[in-house]
Amino acid sequence: RGFAGAVVYVWLSVVLGLIVLPAMFGVSLGFTDLYVKALVKTLEWATLRIQRGQKEEDAVPAHLPNGIIEKDDGSMEEEIGELRRSHPKSLAGGDFTLCDAFYFCKKGIESIVEDQVTQRFTSEELASWNLLTRTNNNFHYISVRVTIIWGLGVFIRYCILLPLRVTLAVLGLSWLVIGTTLVGLLPHSNVKTWISDLIHVTCYRICARALSARIRYHNKENHPKKGGICVANHTSPIDIVILANDGCYAMVGQIHGGLMGVIQRSMVRSCPHVWFERSEMKDRHAVAKRLKDHVADKTKQPILIFPEGTCINNTSVMMFKKGSFDIGATIYPVAIKYDPQFGDAFWNSGKYNMVSYLLRMMTSWAIVCNVWYLPPMSLQDGEDAVHFANRVKSAIARQGGLVDLFWDGGLKREKVKESYKEEQQKMYSSMIVGQD
Amino acid sequence: MGSTSSTLAKIPNAEDLMQETGFTPAHLVRLYDRFKVLDKDKKGFLTPQDFVAIKELAMNPICDRIIGAFFTSGGETLDFPSFVRILAHFRPIDKNRPKEPTSPDPINSRSNKLKFAFQLYDQDKDGKISRHELLQVLRAMLEKQVTEEQLESIADRTIQEADLDRDDAISFEEFRKSLEKVNIDHKMSIRFLR
Repeated sequence: RGFAGAVVYVWLSVVLGLIVLPAMFGVSLGFTDLYVKALVKTLEWATLRIQRGQKEEDAVPAHLPNGIIEKDDGSMEEEIGELRRSHPKSLAGGDFTLCDAFYFCKKGIESIVEDQVTQRFTSEELASWNLLTRTNNNFHYISVRVTIIWGLGVFIRYCILLPLRVTLAVLGLSWLVIGTTLVGLLPHSNVKTWISDLIHVTCYRICARALSARIRYHNKENHPKKGGICVANHTSPIDIVILANDGCYAMVGQIHGGLMGVIQRSMVRSCPHVWFERSEMKDRHAVAKRLKDHVADKTKQPILIFPEGTCINNTSVMMFKKGSFDIGATIYPVAIKYDPQFGDAFWNSGKYNMVSYLLRMMTSWAIVCNVWYLPPMSLQDGEDAVHFANRVKSAIARQGGLVDLFWDGGLKREKVKESYKEEQQKMYSSMIVGQD
Repeated sequence: MGSTSSTLAKIPNAEDLMQETGFTPAHLVRLYDRFKVLDKDKKGFLTPQDFVAIKELAMNPICDRIIGAFFTSGGETLDFPSFVRILAHFRPIDKNRPKEPTSPDPINSRSNKLKFAFQLYDQDKDGKISRHELLQVLRAMLEKQVTEEQLESIADRTIQEADLDRDDAISFEEFRKSLEKVNIDHKMSIRFLR
């Protein structure tokens, strides 16, 4: 029993001394960097072995295109125009031809094999295997050596990294709950705000260590300021940890029950976050008013919002809901791009619940990501909220190297509006009968 | 370690399917994964509702006809082999295939692609596209955007041009003749990137 006690004692002191304490002071001992470098070397080696083993298949391109079929990028006019060019009779002005249906038929079959919306809700595929079983789609058993390394990897990830990470996560969250509750007892003052910020940031730093996250922040001069709204593309709940490592934000969201609720309630004791009851969420005006009030108070932290409303797989940005763009505050766009080589951060909420998801995160190699702070944007004269939202979305998509889609992420649950079909019909009819 | 071969083992009669349709193992596996994604309730087969759930398909003007091509003879269930057989029409034409006069046309031959397209028009499967059937397709593609008279005149013109034996309907041969210069392989094929 003495031995077990000693092990726990050593374990905790290592964790506290080498990870938690430096995290609190924002000091990095460089372990994560070394770890990531070693990882990269190992994965490169594994890739080479796999490529040597792949004799029959053609060379896999370095960046797998996002999609499994080739799609013509032409517009409806171009495509149908091409179809008709080979038609024997030249038809001036555009009448109907029997081959027009081919265009719609092909587009229909293409969407059956692969469509833009469903695609964004499954994890991105990698060109080379990163020694995680879950990402192995294209690769067969290669050699004994790769298998051994893979086995070693499993051991390291599940038996060494996982317990360590879980310990850290528990420590970080307990720290948050206890710390904020204690701070909540203090009277309002600058000191209180300062301590509260410190507690929040420390918790997130510990959590970041719990995920072996290596985050690079770019353009820190554009960091969101008080009284503004920070918007970012959404890939997973971890986004919050990623962003909050570099500053304090006021979170927005629904009050949950259970552990999540406990955390939310204690957080709000030390500094103002915007939590809504489920019933309040439906009332758009009430929501807008609370956000407006928060933003108007210049002592409160900037609000953090994910306008897509749902988790996307980090290859594209989907439609932004216009609610936050209607408030009249300055928007600070932020682009987050995860490197899928080290671990897939996307939360497929249909496939995994929160606990399984966190387990997967904690048994990945690491979370490596880049965060770009973009220059602030505001509503321009004569611009409406929807247009503004799209402008911000494009800026984020461009910076993060993501595809800018007009589809609504909520579509993964809802039906398509009739207006989309009418759009298609309108476009086609202008080719048939002209602008009559 | 997960791989193509283990998924391939899950597909019943994979060898026969590949032989019949010409899909490679990798493509067959991808189509199988896609079939499973579309089959959200894990029934083991697809229904027309599963197809309508695809957003891009739902906004296609001839969405109903395309779905109808999968569910022939009024059935409401589509199993994986049938799914693949229909999609096989859209494989690019194999240029290297030797021409054996006795063997049947591959599913993705030019002729079969045209037959598939013909089927989209010829809903009652009598081998002819009547004026009425043509009007129905036009209505689907144009709906509220044009008047009934315009639709009728377009239908008349089209039949006039294609109908060679003057029976006021377009047979498959007339359909084929009217489209002989169209690059069917390009326009009615889907290429897998990997």
